[in-house]
Amino acid sequence: MNAEILIIGAGISGTAIAWNLARKGQKNIVVVDSGYPACGATGRCGAGVREQWATKMNCLMAQKSIAFFEQANEILEYPDDVEFKQEGYLILACTPEEDAQFTKNVALQNSLGIPSRKVTREEAKQIVPHLNEKAILSATFCGKDGHLNPFKMTDAFYRAAKRLGVVFLFPETVEGIDVSDGKVVAVRTDKRTIATSKVVDAAGGFSGEIAKMAGVSIPVYPERHEILVTEPIEKIQGPMVMSFSKNLYCQQVPHGSFVMGRGDPGAKHDHDISSGWRFLDEMAKTVREFLPLVAKLRVIRQWAGSYTMSPDRQPILGTVPEVEGFYLACGFSGHGFMFAPMTGLLMSEVILGEPTTLDMTELSLARFHQNQAIEIEKSVV
Amino acid sequence: MNPEKIFLCRCEDVTLKQVRDLLDQGYTSPEEIKRILRIGMGPCQGKTCGLLLQQEIARYLKKRPEEIPLPHARPLVAGVPLEAIAEAADDER
Repeated sequence: MNAEILIIGAGISGTAIAWNLARKGQKNIVVVDSGYPACGATGRCGAGVREQWATKMNCLMAQKSIAFFEQANEILEYPDDVEFKQEGYLILACTPEEDAQFTKNVALQNSLGIPSRKVTREEAKQIVPHLNEKAILSATFCGKDGHLNPFKMTDAFYRAAKRLGVVFLFPETVEGIDVSDGKVVAVRTDKRTIATSKVVDAAGGFSGEIAKMAGVSIPVYPERHEILVTEPIEKIQGPMVMSFSKNLYCQQVPHGSFVMGRGDPGAKHDHDISSGWRFLDEMAKTVREFLPLVAKLRVIRQWAGSYTMSPDRQPILGTVPEVEGFYLACGFSGHGFMFAPMTGLLMSEVILGEPTTLDMTELSLARFHQNQAIEIEKSVV
Repeated sequence: MNPEKIFLCRCEDVTLKQVRDLLDQGYTSPEEIKRILRIGMGPCQGKTCGLLLQQEIARYLKKRPEEIPLPHARPLVAGVPLEAIAEAADDER
């Protein structure tokens, strides 16, 4: 078997890259996944999308991606619905440092055309009436942010790519990448060898291992993040409520259930995606403090997934200097789902040698090798 | 009986017809079907529909039900209010 372009990973990034390449007329694209579409980080994520970031690059990636989500059903001719709900993110400032940082964030966001704003405690309470406003100093709100169904969004890219002739192979596990004279020549799986000169590493939590198969070392590691869902109730909360310092995000999804999660600062850098009691305890206490009404709900399921952390919490996209034909789309640090339309677009431009929509310098692997200061995104839970 | 009126998943209102339509479109793993239709994702967590889904996939693929994996079972075993969990956590301190 041979492929013009072989993409490893059928999550949101891999399917978005495949669709973008195919819609530009690229033929013979193959996507390999060890499971099924969205079985990794994508299908485990918190289903939130937002434009409120602290670095310019993340703001731009998010802003352009949300513009795509607004029309995703039509563009991808999806017979179902990706469930995009734009009722905002309310980001809570709980410390004086956060309050000051958020003023700067909003100024940056506004300068890029992102309609976020600082709101007082009282205004925050009007936006989310069951919020315990005494626990916060202020907040920021952006009505463009919201919810998107990760399974359906991936399915929409997957179906559209398949209609354009993209071949999906799963379950099929990549076991090796053959490189000769500094160029990719083939990918070996547990079922066959696929001759190819272009490979895209969109393997999420396993992208470090995949890169290693091609002899490339990348500064990423997987980190477990836990999450839970409650029983569904009638709609009481429009926006996602989020706090970085208190380690919380909580949103009522269109289905009616509440999805909420938090990170674990002590998480090991490994592929553990088991569920624990400690998360449940901490999550329950945090929700009781900030959203006491929501704490009345029953938890019906918990799970976990891997963030793939990069040193500056921004993705790593593009070529690698050592190996010709090896491309990276990884290190999303917990926001790969919401950046996927831009990931797909930018990667297709890089692979096809077109001018890129955004300057890729800040997203390149090379940024970590130069001795220049990198700007670290702090707005991550 | 009309498969549009046969509910496999009572928590999430998923009908036999919806499952068969997805099978016809090539979605044959219980994990994929669960993620698209929400079958088994309601308060009972698939305790009723899990086996029905397994049977339906087996029938479609002409396999034995035991050859079809059930979706992953995830905690909790039964729904528990967040408040009760928080109170229990307080008591541990």
